[in-house]
Amino acid sequence: MRRRPEILMEVLTWIASFIPAIIAGTLISFLLFNGASVINWKFVTGFPERGGLEGGILPAIIGSIYISALCMLIAAPIGIGAGTYLAEYAPENIFTKVVRFFVELLAGIPSIVIGLFGYVFLVHGLGLGFSILSGAIALAFMILPWTIRVSEEAIRAVPREYRYASLALGASKWKTIRNVVYAAARPAIITGLMLGLGKAVGETAVVMMTAGMGITGYIPVSPLDSARTLPVHLYLIAGEIANTSEGLKMAYGTALVLLALFLMVSIPSIMFRNYFIRRLYGDAG
Amino acid sequence: MKTDELIKISTSLCAGSSILVVFLIFGYTFLEGLPVLIKYGPSFLTGLYWKPYADPPQFGLLPTIVGTLSVSGLAISMATPIGVLAAIYLAEYSGGGFLKSLIESATQLLVSIPSVVLGFIGLVFLVPTLAKTFGGWGFSILAGGIVLAIMTLPHIICISSDAIKAVPREYRYASLALGASRWQTIRRVVLPVAKSGILASIILGLGNAIGETMAVLMVIGNPEVPYIPTSILDRVRVLTSTIVIEFNYAVWGSDQMRALFAIGVTLFIITAVVNLVAFYILGGRIYAKKA
Repeated sequence: MRRRPEILMEVLTWIASFIPAIIAGTLISFLLFNGASVINWKFVTGFPERGGLEGGILPAIIGSIYISALCMLIAAPIGIGAGTYLAEYAPENIFTKVVRFFVELLAGIPSIVIGLFGYVFLVHGLGLGFSILSGAIALAFMILPWTIRVSEEAIRAVPREYRYASLALGASKWKTIRNVVYAAARPAIITGLMLGLGKAVGETAVVMMTAGMGITGYIPVSPLDSARTLPVHLYLIAGEIANTSEGLKMAYGTALVLLALFLMVSIPSIMFRNYFIRRLYGDAG
Repeated sequence: MKTDELIKISTSLCAGSSILVVFLIFGYTFLEGLPVLIKYGPSFLTGLYWKPYADPPQFGLLPTIVGTLSVSGLAISMATPIGVLAAIYLAEYSGGGFLKSLIESATQLLVSIPSVVLGFIGLVFLVPTLAKTFGGWGFSILAGGIVLAIMTLPHIICISSDAIKAVPREYRYASLALGASRWQTIRRVVLPVAKSGILASIILGLGNAIGETMAVLMVIGNPEVPYIPTSILDRVRVLTSTIVIEFNYAVWGSDQMRALFAIGVTLFIITAVVNLVAFYILGGRIYAKKA
């Protein structure tokens, strides 16, 4: 009889560990079930008509890709640079302690506060207006802690022997980092950045307050154009027209396209990441 | 030699940028909210009425703060037991292999799933279901709590399981060698050692829950005039949802817009305190390799 709590607890923890997978699976199948019939060529390549009740979501798709790509262009170099400094150059001193502290602080700031800040600093202060550029900079601030962290971890995970070998051959520190350390850390850095990109693709509040939310009947070209992204489009049509059956269908379709975009970025990076991390740290990691 | 120095300096500037960004964010938000904070003083936090369109306008945040705490509190109390149990399984029982990596991948996926998608499904599925089951609006603290629990669960699992994994193997061997069973070892030896890490994961989950915007906003109802809720089926406003909803109508430079920035400052301070507490509990290493 003493064995009963043993088995009970193992089963309970086993069930609990499946809950995230069950939730994720349910969410994805729910949207597939309700949204798949909406997706067609016209929906993906068309423009919104009648306030989003009809037509397609092309401007929002382009807007999302544009803003996320620009955001990565800003956040990735700074993140990799900071990660390199923390992992390779910095002695453990007061400066790195302060930096780490502020990285955690920044990571904890709610996205809505970054949105407010973007609105006062970028949209009004710098006069960038509601634009793709404002949205991308604000989003870059949001994912900066993430890019710093994944870069530092990836670089730290490179075995010391690689560096010793390169230095022993007479390479300078920077040459070693560039040719040896980055080469070894690249898969982990790239997959880490891709996960950050997934966060940027799905973010709503920050983009809404900095890139604008007017329904756009045009494809944004200049970084100073305002744009509506997929999450913002979904939020707005969910609030405005989802009580009509036409509007609800469009909302399901938008949600499914957004989810697909997010999954295309995230799933490969999660899979490769687990593989690379296992290879770098061994199974114990 | 010269390139090396140059690289060292420029990478240190990248690292330092995080400090600058935090100061910029806090500074600008604070300055914009300051006039309202000065004008209304402590009554901004303790006032019972939020009526930006009344004459004179009233900005009392208490019902909204109560709303935030009740939604987040409910979410954490649902997510914690499941999260800790799941973390125990991942760290102690699962042997590795395909099933474990499936569970871990799904957990990672759920961490960053777009919150607006979660909110949308809450709106079209959860809210009507709750309305049918319990009557009333469906938009409620309960709906917000469930959606937020889904969002905080993966954070709790990731950080707790790392805390449990970090307990030295020797402790387990010693306990097992004394004849203790596996669960006895987990309960009496492993969990007490990992306690602070697990606590930190719950605190971080709370911080996330308080700062979460879109998913919550879409299912809690946001009454025109917020009131102090008396049941978990009441509609509420939270700090974040108030900002998004009124942002569309507030005029740049008006007291209402400044009040929204003052809410931003309040959120910044609450989440900063929560995160720093967790930061110190974990001794400066919050995020695990894989999370």
